[in-house]
Amino acid sequence: MATFLQQIINGIAQGSAYALIALGYTMVYGVLRLINFAHSDVYMFGAFMGYYTANNPWIKSTFGQSLTAAAVVMLIAMVLSAGLGILIERFAYRPNRSETRFTLAFWLGILGAAAGQLMSPGFFALTLGAAIGIAIGVVGEIAGLRPVRQDSRLSLLIIAIGVSLFLENGGQVAFGADPKFFPEIIQTAQWNVVGLKVDSQQVIVLGVSIILMVLLNLLVHYTRTGKAMRAVSYNLDAAKLMGINTDRIIALTFAVGSALAAAGGILVTLLYPKIEPLMGVMPGLKAFAAAVLGGIGNMTGAMLGGLILGIAEVMAVGYGQSTYRDAIAFIILVLILLVKPDGIMGKGPTEKV
Amino acid sequence: MTHRTRWFVLFLLGIPALLTLTSCSPKADSSEIVIGEYGSLTGKDATFGISTQNGVAMAVDAVNKSGGLLGKKIRVIVEDDQGQSEQALSVVTKLITKDKVIAVLGEVASTNTLTAAPVAQKSGIPMISPSSTNVAVTPIGDYISRVCFIDPFQGMVMAKFAANTLKMKNVAILRDLKSAYSVGLADAFIENFTKMGGTIVTDQSYSGGDPDFSAQLTSIKSKNPDGVFVPGYYSEVGLIARQAKKLGLTVPLMGGDGWDSPKLQEIGGIALNGSYFSNHYAADDPNPVIQQFVTEYRKRFNQTPDGLAALGYDAANVLFDSIRRANSTEGPKLRDAINQTKDFQGVTGKITINKDRNADKPAVVLEIKDGKFVYRETINP
Amino acid sequence: MKKGIFWILALAILALLQSGLQGYIGAYYYQIVIFVGINIILAVSLNLINGTTGQFSIGHAGFYAVGAYTSASLLYYGEPTFRGWISFLPHSAQDVVLLLFGLLAAALAAGFAGLLVGIPSLRLRGDYLAIVTLGFGEIIRVLILNINAVGAARGFLGIPEFSNFFWVYLFALITVVVVHNLVNSSYGRAFISIRDDEIAAEAMGIDTTRFKVMSFVISSMFAGIAGGLFAHFTAFLSPNTFQFTTSFYLIIMIVVGGMGSIEGAILGAILITVILEAFREFGAFRFVNFAVLLVLVMLFRPQGIVGSWSLFRKAGAR
Repeated sequence: MATFLQQIINGIAQGSAYALIALGYTMVYGVLRLINFAHSDVYMFGAFMGYYTANNPWIKSTFGQSLTAAAVVMLIAMVLSAGLGILIERFAYRPNRSETRFTLAFWLGILGAAAGQLMSPGFFALTLGAAIGIAIGVVGEIAGLRPVRQDSRLSLLIIAIGVSLFLENGGQVAFGADPKFFPEIIQTAQWNVVGLKVDSQQVIVLGVSIILMVLLNLLVHYTRTGKAMRAVSYNLDAAKLMGINTDRIIALTFAVGSALAAAGGILVTLLYPKIEPLMGVMPGLKAFAAAVLGGIGNMTGAMLGGLILGIAEVMAVGYGQSTYRDAIAFIILVLILLVKPDGIMGKGPTEKV
Repeated sequence: MTHRTRWFVLFLLGIPALLTLTSCSPKADSSEIVIGEYGSLTGKDATFGISTQNGVAMAVDAVNKSGGLLGKKIRVIVEDDQGQSEQALSVVTKLITKDKVIAVLGEVASTNTLTAAPVAQKSGIPMISPSSTNVAVTPIGDYISRVCFIDPFQGMVMAKFAANTLKMKNVAILRDLKSAYSVGLADAFIENFTKMGGTIVTDQSYSGGDPDFSAQLTSIKSKNPDGVFVPGYYSEVGLIARQAKKLGLTVPLMGGDGWDSPKLQEIGGIALNGSYFSNHYAADDPNPVIQQFVTEYRKRFNQTPDGLAALGYDAANVLFDSIRRANSTEGPKLRDAINQTKDFQGVTGKITINKDRNADKPAVVLEIKDGKFVYRETINP
Repeated sequence: MKKGIFWILALAILALLQSGLQGYIGAYYYQIVIFVGINIILAVSLNLINGTTGQFSIGHAGFYAVGAYTSASLLYYGEPTFRGWISFLPHSAQDVVLLLFGLLAAALAAGFAGLLVGIPSLRLRGDYLAIVTLGFGEIIRVLILNINAVGAARGFLGIPEFSNFFWVYLFALITVVVVHNLVNSSYGRAFISIRDDEIAAEAMGIDTTRFKVMSFVISSMFAGIAGGLFAHFTAFLSPNTFQFTTSFYLIIMIVVGGMGSIEGAILGAILITVILEAFREFGAFRFVNFAVLLVLVMLFRPQGIVGSWSLFRKAGAR
């Protein structure tokens, strides 16, 4: 019985991490009807940003090993990831639906930087390449090469896949493909609670997740911006007609979702200190399954879905075989879609004839 | 024009296009001897590939500095397989068919060597594995050989050490199902340990890449073993050690040469102290041959060479020695010379390629003490 | 061109190429050509379900895997027995029979898997269908990962080699012809009507479920054949090859080529396969550049290269 409860605790900790990532998926799907495959890589990015911050000598000496250190690391990671989220939305997803500028320049700049780095590694070649790419992009745009605005969710999905591939492989280039280990930024402690071993890490993960989810709930349900976000998720065009700056709200949604993913990333490293550029792939898919389980587009659903999935997975590994671990998420996903596609809490859009 | 005709015409047009595009291939530079190397330069067990590459590079530079072989300089083309077997297959195919290498060095992880070796065998290009110990590698064909010992022997080594030196009676197993090496070594250990009168209390498994082993370790702990045999790769072993300590599992861990990595300590930390593993050589061995290698390696790469680096160095040198003896780089002649290697003095010991194309060499058992690998004993075949 | 003449000529040309191709272009390019052929089969079959019938499926890699592992295990374990049954034939004829037998098994197994997946899933629409097919694809992969008899996580070695240029391209040709004829038949019109407006099609009396499942099963059967051809060429299988990333690449092929058209699928298969291989030159940046290129293509030409242009100007025959 003790082991069973122990596993439940492990599951809850794992599940809260999934819940945080799932929230981002659900929020973006709500406003854009897009399955943002790149979300899992923002999670990875957040973990890495946290890693570099935690290893930064100034941070180390100022905050040492403490709760404050952890908070600072997480905050910085969240802010940086929010930035990444905004960038992605602006240059990869927005051109598909509204008039944008410098899209070509942005991407050609990246290609240019890569080309420069390939020809002669080093900062100079990289910047020069980027500059050339940007220049060509601007010229092209003036000459009339503009992104095609299409109401096609399929091309948006492919773009999401492209961004995901870009972040994963870009991460391998930038951070190195070998795994790194998160330094211990908080003193670990183990407490005996009614005979069960509870790690301080698990408590922190659960606690912070709850705090973040509560804050998110406050944002979405008790502020004007939140109202605007909800309006956009119900009907983008109507919201626009109501005078809401939909582009800004969508960008904000991405920012918040990405920040949550980053928080999830940092919290997970407290439980499993290994990070590597492909670390987001599986958790991302599973968090997505969790979002669907809870009802895609529904935030409470995402939180519930994440917890249920986390517990189910830990149970399967503990009492079954570890090689089936990944399958659990997908089996649950498939079952829920076949039985109740709108998820536990969801009420999906009805199709009008 | 019917549809059929149109398709047909298209198809016909495609052929000359294909032929012209593909017939421009670079001419082989006959003033060099090109050898191929494949390994996991990135990925979870990246130090295997990097260490081997360093060892090979040292050997190549030494040979080139003294004039090369057969009057030509040696060039190594190194390809990264990211530790994945399907990639190993495609990079070795590329090395052999596109880069036209005359021999291939690699790999460390037996699963990858097992996948890529058939290509070399089929193409008649000799492949020397520096460190793949799984027994199924060399039977693939007479072009495949290795300069290290094999797992049936290594399993016996640790079983003997556990039973005789550590006086263990009950041992738990924790193996990596994704690695042919791990599975083979686990089986070899079990066979020998039980023959010596020991008991295996439980046989648990994980998948290489898993981050969490608490379920398996909890189960192992409940069986109260004297020790746990973890024949896996360093990236998981370190994590396993940590999590074991956290769960209160304090008995010694044991393993094989897959533990050998400068990164093991970084991952496992103090949780590894008091553990043992079998390996190909000990860097603190006072033997002058070894010390000269260690000093030179330290000077160049700023770290102590691990077994993989030493074996990479030896594999490359065995290849070069064979080229000299064969006085040729042709497949069949080179293959025969390699398979006839006798008493070659390597850093990892005297290398003789036996009739199974494996090397009969002693193994050393190292203990992890205060974060260092310390030599404990040698076990001979 | 009469049907008979077409096939005789096609077989002759394929046989001719087979005898000389590898020698002429070298083993490396030969391998790439083979993979292009296999991807053509995969892309054209995926296009049938995604482009023509409009059912968004991202689980194609699962059927590819089922076909590959079925044929591989059947021939790996059964080769001696089967050869015994047909020992009256010369050895090379035996090889042909074995390969065809394996491919038949692959097609049936994959088709059956398609049936199992399709019947429950095809009730769903749009994104939900995409997700559920993704889920099924991964479940299939994890199941294979746990079957020790096919090497599980370590991979399946020693599969007998029977595939070559002739067989791969023969089946590519067969796939294209079958799909083309299907699309231009009354079945095809049903598929297209489902894509264009499923509710209207239902209202017009078309049994949409039956046709959706039919399209799905046919498409998975061809994926299975591609799998068998793949297995007997590389002689090695690993579940890693059949991850959802592979399904993604197939979708990329048909979208970049031009969704909904067979020519688009073929072009996409050729382009993406060749580009991915050519980008090896970029070392660590291989996939980075590919990803950026992909995003650019989708932003600036979302309809794909072929777009709505068709080699065969027939109304609705996209």
